[in-house]
Amino acid sequence: MVEARLVQGNEACALGAIAAGATFYAGYPITPSTEIAEQMSALYPKKDGKFIQMEDEIASIGAIIGASCAGAKAFTATSGPGFSLMQELIGYAAMTEVPIVIVDVMRAGPSTGLPTLSSQGDIQQARWGTHGDHSIIALAPASVEETYLMTIDAFNFAEKYRTPVILLLDEIIGHLKERFLITPDMMPPIINRQKPQAGQEFVPYKNTQELIPALPDFGEGSRYHVTGLTHNEQGFYSSKPEIVESFINRINAKIEDNSEEIFRCNGYNVEDCEVLLIAYGSISRSAEEAMNNLRREGINVGLLRPQTIWPLNEALIGDACCGKKAVIIPEMNLGQYAREIERCAPDDVPVVSLPKVDGTMIFPSEIEELVREVLK
Amino acid sequence: MREVYQKIFRDNLPHIWCAGCGNGIVMSAFARAYDKLGLDKDKTVGVSGIGCSSRITGYLDLNTLHTAHGRALPFATGVKMTRPEFAVFVFMGDGDCAAIGGNHFIHACRRNMDMTAIIINNYIYGMTGGQFSPLTPFGSKASTAPYGSVDRNFDICSLAIGAGATFVARGDVYHTKQLEKLIIEAHEHKGFSVIEVLSTCPISYGRRNKMPKPMDLMNYIKDVTIAKERADKMTAEEIAGKIVTGVLHQSAAVEYNEAYMAMVEKLEVGKNG
Repeated sequence: MVEARLVQGNEACALGAIAAGATFYAGYPITPSTEIAEQMSALYPKKDGKFIQMEDEIASIGAIIGASCAGAKAFTATSGPGFSLMQELIGYAAMTEVPIVIVDVMRAGPSTGLPTLSSQGDIQQARWGTHGDHSIIALAPASVEETYLMTIDAFNFAEKYRTPVILLLDEIIGHLKERFLITPDMMPPIINRQKPQAGQEFVPYKNTQELIPALPDFGEGSRYHVTGLTHNEQGFYSSKPEIVESFINRINAKIEDNSEEIFRCNGYNVEDCEVLLIAYGSISRSAEEAMNNLRREGINVGLLRPQTIWPLNEALIGDACCGKKAVIIPEMNLGQYAREIERCAPDDVPVVSLPKVDGTMIFPSEIEELVREVLK
Repeated sequence: MREVYQKIFRDNLPHIWCAGCGNGIVMSAFARAYDKLGLDKDKTVGVSGIGCSSRITGYLDLNTLHTAHGRALPFATGVKMTRPEFAVFVFMGDGDCAAIGGNHFIHACRRNMDMTAIIINNYIYGMTGGQFSPLTPFGSKASTAPYGSVDRNFDICSLAIGAGATFVARGDVYHTKQLEKLIIEAHEHKGFSVIEVLSTCPISYGRRNKMPKPMDLMNYIKDVTIAKERADKMTAEEIAGKIVTGVLHQSAAVEYNEAYMAMVEKLEVGKNG
């Protein structure tokens, strides 16, 4: 019998990584993510895993890409400034299609900002922080249990789609301690990277209908070349326009074409509500409470809570917004996700951003106030 | 010799390097050394950064990882830690290793993880057209130092020794037998081994520094270098202005992965006992 206990978000992330089968962690200390590194340094030597503290965040992500090529499920954890430093190699992992997980416990920025205070300011950095056209998967859990389960999802997506996956915790979720009880029925199945089939000719970056080439580990006999240069199916540099175009289109399409499967969300009273709230991470909990309070007053409010931030399921969000008197997006930034919702929503639906960047959370009362105002 | 090259190189030659470039000489010396070491290609990983010399990994029939500028050593660290039984060779240029990758380099020296770093020093950023690097000699001309560099240069071997590397050697592209031997010795050394290879870039370095022909740089390297065995018998005055080649430093220190596994074993003993 598993018993409920108090667990911190960052700790749940560490435990989730182990449950996902991750065996390699490289990182650099940074508030408010450091507990993840501390957990891994204590757990991995006892669980056949490897922990290394690198000289900076660039080295950390480099090491996990190397480890993943050598066959390990590998991850790192960081926060704003460190996440910025990692951007170049996030692009490298996207380009070379090496599965890795980057946990970004968001703190207020820009720059050193408010190291100990929460933010959701890395929503767009997660999407566009590295240069060039690429796609990305980013997830944002809203509770400690969800952090555990979505850490497993993050590794599963990374392995399945051969892509870097970004797990966006905010400082509130990372440092939150709450009830934690994971039962076997809650556990997602574990997905491992597709290996080349024995007896078949191995073409490292073969463009098949599935869009995701098989990935052998170094040491398994399929010696191949990994490069951040644009490459042909054999893995070697090419600047031929038709090769470049088909390659770039493939690494984008393999995620964007599967956005229905990757985009996960919870909906509460979405269809019949007058005013729809769309919120993620810790702020979705304020939104949920605001919804409940307002409904008790007879105001018909619903909530859509994306667990997947990127890629968006644009059709689903568009449909959810359809016919609403207003759609409100409370978030701890200056409207980074609101702009995306606005893009998906029908033109006649007012999309209202509720931004906050003072380091404090958005309280339910602030959301309730805005709902009353838009209904005036 | 042809058979050796056929065994170690992929069939995607010719390479991209200019006539007179030293990179091919280093790659051939590596192939001969690798063949003599008799390692399993499936269990060998070649890692490189960005720049002319870092394109070497594209031609070697190993598991190869052509990484980002300056970052070869972190990637190699992740590979080696995941699979400590692999042989890992890291190829870097002078700008790649000593400038953008300088922090990773000193920390790799300090950690003493069992791998071999080969720094191909052609005194210049070749691929971007000849800007000075931290290894460009003071006073040399470069595309970003048209009046001569006022930037003091590193002695990368001294830096490696200071940072804790346990095997440090210097070779060059003129003395290829010596280079081959140094690569073998570096690999056989347990711990982090560093070889600086003095190389040539006639196009971007030689032409700006009164050594326009490929042989000018070769002759410069031949004349300026002196083997450690000989240098040891000479006075400071006699070796002034010379660059010493050979094994410059070798020491014993705990290897990173062995230290990690010793910690793991200790924990297991504690658990069982």
